[in-house]
Amino acid sequence: MSDIRAELRYASTHEWVRLEDDGTAYVGISDHAQDAMGDLVYVELPEVGQEMKATDEAGVVESVKAASDIYAPVSGEVVAVNEALEDTPELVNQDPYGDGWLFRIRVADTDELEQLLSADDYREQLDSED
Amino acid sequence: MGHRTPLYDQHVAAGGRMVDFADWDMPVHYGSLLDEHHAVRQDAGVFDVSHMTVVDVSGPGARDYLRHLLANDVDKAPLGKALYSAMLNEEGGVIDDLIVYRRPDDYRLVVNCGTREKDLAWLAKQTGGFDVAVTEQPQLAMLAVQGPQARSRLAALLDGARREAVSSLKVFAFAEDGDWLIARTGYTGEDGVEIILPGADAVALWAQLMQAGVRPCGLGARDTLRLEAGMNLYGNDMDETVTPLQAGMAWTVAFNDGREFIGRAALEAQQDPEQLVGLILEEKGVLRAHQRVVTHAGDGEITSGTFSPTLGVSIALARVPAGVAGTAEVEIRNKRLPVRIVRPPFVRHGKAVYQQ
Repeated sequence: MSDIRAELRYASTHEWVRLEDDGTAYVGISDHAQDAMGDLVYVELPEVGQEMKATDEAGVVESVKAASDIYAPVSGEVVAVNEALEDTPELVNQDPYGDGWLFRIRVADTDELEQLLSADDYREQLDSED
Repeated sequence: MGHRTPLYDQHVAAGGRMVDFADWDMPVHYGSLLDEHHAVRQDAGVFDVSHMTVVDVSGPGARDYLRHLLANDVDKAPLGKALYSAMLNEEGGVIDDLIVYRRPDDYRLVVNCGTREKDLAWLAKQTGGFDVAVTEQPQLAMLAVQGPQARSRLAALLDGARREAVSSLKVFAFAEDGDWLIARTGYTGEDGVEIILPGADAVALWAQLMQAGVRPCGLGARDTLRLEAGMNLYGNDMDETVTPLQAGMAWTVAFNDGREFIGRAALEAQQDPEQLVGLILEEKGVLRAHQRVVTHAGDGEITSGTFSPTLGVSIALARVPAGVAGTAEVEIRNKRLPVRIVRPPFVRHGKAVYQQ
C-alpha cells in the first residue's frame, strides 16, 4: 500500500507539493511513483533560477530500467534543487517525502495549488489505475 | 491474464512484481532489482526461465537437419555439450538465437519465448527432406541458478547423480538424470547452472533454494546481468534485419566446414560496414536502446543500454560503423555526452573486464 500524505497536494503525473510559510514549495515524486519506478540511479533536476509553468518538464528520474519525466506541478521560479540526489538518487526511493525531495519552487499563483489533487483524490486516481 | 509458469504462485508469495513479458506473467523484480543483481554477482540467485521454449529434435535426420538449419555446426558439440547458435533466414537475418544440447538420441533446443510461434513455424517449415521429428516440450520448467556460490548451494540440496553433475560439470557441459537436464550454462557472466525439469520438481526445488537463502531474481536483474556480461538479447541487439556478423556473433558462425546452412550465401556476400561495440558513459546519465551514437565515421545506434550496478556507470551495446574506436558521443535528450568505446564483456565473475 502506497504512503499518501494528507498534508500534501499531488499532480496527476505523481509529483507531490508541500507549501512552506515563505511562499515556496517543495516538490518530489510520490511513494507510489518511486515504488513503480524501482531503484533510481540518476536524477536530472532543473536549474536554480529557471522559470517554469505548471506542467512544464522539470527533470527526469531514471531507474535501472526506465526514464520518467518530472513535470512542474505549479508555476514559478526554481529556488533550490536537491543536490544530494546527484550522488545518492536512492534517497528518492528511501524517503520520497523527505530527503528525497527534488526541487523547491517559488509559487507564482497559489490558486494553482488548489487545482492539484488532494490526498483523497490522488488515492482515488491510484485505485482506478490498478 | 498471460501464460503462467508452474512457479507463478511462488513468485507472488516471494513479493514478485509481476509484469507482462511476451504474454507471460513474469516477475520483473522482488523488491529491488539492484539487490538481486548484486546477489548474483556476489553470492547466488535463482531465475525462473520456464517461459523459454524447449524443443526436441529427433530422428535419423536430426543431425543433417540442424546442420542445415543453424549457423553454428552441431558437430562442434560432442555428446553432453551445449552449443550456442543463431538460426538465420535466407537473407542472413537472425530469426532467433538458441542453445542446442547434444543428447545421445536427439538434440534439445532452447529458444526464446517471444519468438516461440515464428520459431516453431520455421522449424516445421525446414523439416522438408529430412527424416526428423520436432517436438515442443511445454510441460518442462527451467530454473537458472547463478552466482559464485550457486553451484555449491545447489549441490548441497541434491543427491546422487544430480549433485555430482552440479559439482563437477565443465562449462557448457550438461548431464541428465531422469527427467532433469542440468547444464553449466547461463546468461549472467557468473558461474552457475540451468536446469530443465518437470514443473512440479521446479516448484519443490524453488522452495528448497528459498530456504537455503538463494535470492529470487527477476527479469530486470537478468537484463542488467546479461548486458554487463556482453550477451545479446534477441529483439534488441539482433533480429531478422541483422546478421550475426553485424551483431558481434561471428564466433558462432561455422563457415569452414562447407555446410550449406540457411543464410550462408547472404553472410558470405555481406560487405556490411557495421559492428557491435560496447559503450561506457563516464558522466551521469543512463544509456538506453535507440539513442543515437555520433562517431567520426557516421552515426550508430544503441541496441541495449542500462545502468551497470556492478560498475556504477551506464553501459550499452551499440551498432556503429566498422573500425570506429576510441570515443564517441551519445545523444540523450538533445544533449551529447561522451562515451568510451570498449570491447564487451563489461563484467565477468564480478570484475570489470572490458578492453579498450
